[in-house]
Amino acid sequence: MMDGAEKKRGLAGLYRKSQQIPVLRNITSYVYRNTGILVGLVILCLFLSFGTETFATQTNIINILRQISTNVCLTVGIMLAILLGGIDLTGGAVIALSGCISAKAVMDLGTPVWAAIFLGCLAGLVVGMANGLIIAYTDMPPFIVTLAMQNICRGAAYLYADGNPIRVSNEAFEKIGMGYLGSIPLPVIYSIVILAVSAWLLTQTKMGQEIYAVGGNREAARFTGININRVQIFVYSYSGLLAGVAGVVLAARMASGQPATGVGYETDAVAAAVLGGTSMSGGVGTPGGMIIGILVIGVLNNGLNLLHVNSFWQYVARGVVILLAVYVDLMRKRRAYR
Amino acid sequence: MSEYPLLEMKNISKSFPGVKALDNLNFNLQKGEVHGILGENGAGKSTLIKVLGGIYRPEQGEIVIDGKTAQIAGVIDARKYGISIIHQELMLIPHMTVAANVYLTREPKTRYGRIDTAKMNEDTAKILDTLGASIQADTLAGRLSIAQQQLVEIAKALSLDARILVMDEPTSSLTETEVGMLFETMNRLRARGVGIIYISHRMSELFEITDRITVIRDGKFVGTCNTKETDVDTLISMMVGAKLESYYTFNERTYGSTVLEVKNICRKGTLNDVSFTLREGEILGFGGIVGAGRSELMRSILGIDPMDSGEIYISGQQLLKPSPRAAEKMGLVMVPENRKLEGLVLNNSVKFNATLAVLKEFISSTGLNKKKREKIVDRYVDMLSIKTSSNDKIVGQLSGGNQQKVVIAKWLAAHPRVLILDEPTRGIDVSAKADVYRIIDMLAQQGIGIIVISSELNEIINICDRIAVMFGGRISRVLERSEATQETILKYATGGMNG
Repeated sequence: MMDGAEKKRGLAGLYRKSQQIPVLRNITSYVYRNTGILVGLVILCLFLSFGTETFATQTNIINILRQISTNVCLTVGIMLAILLGGIDLTGGAVIALSGCISAKAVMDLGTPVWAAIFLGCLAGLVVGMANGLIIAYTDMPPFIVTLAMQNICRGAAYLYADGNPIRVSNEAFEKIGMGYLGSIPLPVIYSIVILAVSAWLLTQTKMGQEIYAVGGNREAARFTGININRVQIFVYSYSGLLAGVAGVVLAARMASGQPATGVGYETDAVAAAVLGGTSMSGGVGTPGGMIIGILVIGVLNNGLNLLHVNSFWQYVARGVVILLAVYVDLMRKRRAYR
Repeated sequence: MSEYPLLEMKNISKSFPGVKALDNLNFNLQKGEVHGILGENGAGKSTLIKVLGGIYRPEQGEIVIDGKTAQIAGVIDARKYGISIIHQELMLIPHMTVAANVYLTREPKTRYGRIDTAKMNEDTAKILDTLGASIQADTLAGRLSIAQQQLVEIAKALSLDARILVMDEPTSSLTETEVGMLFETMNRLRARGVGIIYISHRMSELFEITDRITVIRDGKFVGTCNTKETDVDTLISMMVGAKLESYYTFNERTYGSTVLEVKNICRKGTLNDVSFTLREGEILGFGGIVGAGRSELMRSILGIDPMDSGEIYISGQQLLKPSPRAAEKMGLVMVPENRKLEGLVLNNSVKFNATLAVLKEFISSTGLNKKKREKIVDRYVDMLSIKTSSNDKIVGQLSGGNQQKVVIAKWLAAHPRVLILDEPTRGIDVSAKADVYRIIDMLAQQGIGIIVISSELNEIINICDRIAVMFGGRISRVLERSEATQETILKYATGGMNG
């Protein structure tokens, strides 16, 4: 007991000292804010490094980063929606729809590759904007609106693709998903860009501050003169656009537009956002925390595969992780208001 | 008749990690007495109630009821001794009927084991009758006004044979007429021998309804006075522990040009041809009973509620399409009445809240300038003496008074020409109130035109230059500071031109 107390004081002292050095300040306060989840990530990585032979190899790590690139797009969108006090459940279905649209454009319609990419992303943006408009102007709950839209998009994808995967054989298109920049896969580069832009959006722009305000207290935001509808439409559009991007990249990586893909991808995204400290009640969450959340989910999925865990059990494991994450969020909130 | 007091709490102590919430506290309550408890926020009032209600167990001390030591180990025990607590946040279930709420978990059963709704309604109606309440026992609780819900809570207490009734800030969301009704009910209970512990921040109410007042400070007993033999100043100095040099601040000011002119605002059903002017450096109070149209007037000026006709000029320029945004751009801002609901993002930081109205000042196309933001926050934290450990502290963790100052800071940062404050001191403690009065005076000296809406007459009488009294959606009279007294305000607030 004595030891623990001493150590804590030492750490707290160290933390305070580090706060006085400008370069260290940002790093230590980042670690301080996200201690719990960072410790979780480290333990998970250590466990997998010793428990499997393949985890800590360069190939596997690049593989993980490539695998999480889809989840990065969805998590950013869902995290913004949760920050607003809503949710966006259309992600997985939009991935299928935009993938099919861009695949069909390249193969059957013969549009140029850039136009196919554009169309796929546009599809996502349109769906997102529809979500935003409906939520803003009808006051229907986001959960229901996006759940309905999820079904509409999934149906649209099947209808558009005639129920079958659309094969793509176009090298330029496939390169979007399979290409490399040096030794880094392109999807990883996209993820980094998207995360950087989104972090900038949330922390450095007026829109970012307004998102926190609307999610934290809608009435106060209204009294402050913030245009709540505009913020909502922006967030859902942005979320839709990112899902559209993810759909195009995924279609390119698999060299086919598949109407059945992306089912349940929202689960991983919600889990990553909440694990990363985004509060389900809105207004609380940081992009930095979200990135760790995405990594944890990515490493967890990868680890379960490496350990040859039966895929049915993987579902169970992910469910348990979400429950734990939400519980931790609840505890954190209680402590904050004690 | 016994000679013992109904309730005696002797040498009660209760600690929490780091604080002594109650320290050797003594308190007694007689039969048929309304006993006020007064203290700043954090003085230990709610701890005291929770000890009495069996939610906390004291480390030391004794609770004596009718001369016998009572063992209160839990909520059920407290109920057994006839103690009932009516919390500030009412605890009725909105989707259930009044009767079902009154008899919750104690529903009478028929022979066949079904809930006897008829008997339940009948019994509830009887109790409500004795309270003189015209509430149907079978309406849904959620349809009742707050005042009616409170009566239902009282009915519930009576159905439990309560002899000691604790009311925690019962009037905080009642209109003045409803307060009158509540006091009538309390008088009836008093006549029946029920002892009532009454907790309120509102001095005028304490003087109206209580027999005795006990002041506590930092968990300690300061004193008990007979209400008839004491006055506001004495009580306030007992509460804060020192003679307040000046509770209200008012300095003579020179007025500038007209900064706000409102002409003939009408809104069907609420506002009837309202006009007034406000000069730079002037504090204009708005008095009147709730529902007279004061808040409604401000909501219309800000464009939150649309007006049917009327004109608004800010520094001579017309505010064409009123909206909070448009008003703010022209320098007219409002600190709303309900700071938690309409003013603050509680789960975010002091910094975030204080700068929410001026994002443009430190966010450019290149990003957010942290230093500029901190500078703005530091300036107002300092100016308003906001007590916070850091600018990053979550606003929800601050005291009510400091929360209110953060809302004021938010609007000051926007450099307003006109500042409207709706009930600026509601629910904050005495020293924070004195701070707010000082701040209002300081801002007026800087040339800001200030409007204060308040239900506490003493407040507007003491800090305002002029007082507009509203009645039935119109301004019935604008009183100069020299002619403003409780009597004159009440006269015009009740439409009584015949006084």
